[in-house]
Amino acid sequence: MVNVASTFGRSGTHDYILLRASALILATYAIFMVCFLVATPNLTFEAWTGLFGNLWMKVYTLLALTAVLVHGWIGIWQVLTDYVKHSFGRGVLQFIVSLALIVYWLTGLFVLWGV
Amino acid sequence: MKKLQFSIYRYNPDVDAKPRMQEYTLEVDEKQDMMVLDALIMLKEQDPSLAFRRSCREGVCGSDGLNMNGKNGLACITPVSSLKGKKVVVRPLPGLPVIRDLIVDMEQFYTQYERVKPYLINEDKTPPARERLQSPEERAKLDGLYECILCACCSTSCPSFWWNPDKFVGPAGLLHAYRFLADSRDTATEQRLDDLDDAFSVFRCHGIMNCVSVCPKGLNPTKAIGHIKSMLLSRAV
Repeated sequence: MVNVASTFGRSGTHDYILLRASALILATYAIFMVCFLVATPNLTFEAWTGLFGNLWMKVYTLLALTAVLVHGWIGIWQVLTDYVKHSFGRGVLQFIVSLALIVYWLTGLFVLWGV
Repeated sequence: MKKLQFSIYRYNPDVDAKPRMQEYTLEVDEKQDMMVLDALIMLKEQDPSLAFRRSCREGVCGSDGLNMNGKNGLACITPVSSLKGKKVVVRPLPGLPVIRDLIVDMEQFYTQYERVKPYLINEDKTPPARERLQSPEERAKLDGLYECILCACCSTSCPSFWWNPDKFVGPAGLLHAYRFLADSRDTATEQRLDDLDDAFSVFRCHGIMNCVSVCPKGLNPTKAIGHIKSMLLSRAV
């Protein structure tokens, strides 16, 4: 058993499930957005606010942003533990990336709040 | 007569400041083919300082795992004619510390092998008088697992093992781990899974299947790793 504090999940299995579940959410969100863009040739401000004004769309977008947070955290942690062997350097990079992901999530929350 | 060109990795830490590639030429009969190990033995007659491991010379012992023209394999069962290119480039197995020339230090590999407790654990207080019986179906589950000869061709072709040889068990060790997880006579399944359930030991395998493409015994460690992941997942959800 290899114990690591900086990972996201409680175990390797937990990380694995979170990574796949978040990927699934992101894939459906990406497909939905592509479909919306294709189906809306005249993309006006009203069309955007109309879409994001729906409660379900706000929840879906926040869910997708949470998936970005989880997926990015675990994924970047995996890449950094592979390639950055200096512990302090890896810690700093992980901190910056994790902070950026949290900032994305919070920004998304307040943007959606304002629509 | 034809000339076979070889470029061989040379490094003697007692003498050399850094590794180098040394060129060799071997003259053989026009229609003659040979295994890479045979060629190395002939080259060693030319240059006795060339160092490599070999023992059974028939693909059973796993001593002469090498990197030949960029792909890991056993030198004793790899015909020179099967290697494409103008010359044969021979290097030690990648990712492990080099002791000398083509000889690598396999301690990290064996440490990971040891970690998976590669032996039968049975907590049964009253062992049977003669032997632990298996049905033909139970025994069949071990096929494709027990044949591993620990040559390290798979683990040293795996980037996950290169980057984290101290944490990721590697394909060879995990093949053996599943060999005992799949064994109907073994009673330590939960304990074995507990020991593997972290972010590195099993889950650092991303299924790129280098291990499958290089295994000289034709085994499929990726499939075994998939079974271990399934076992971990099915008890977690």
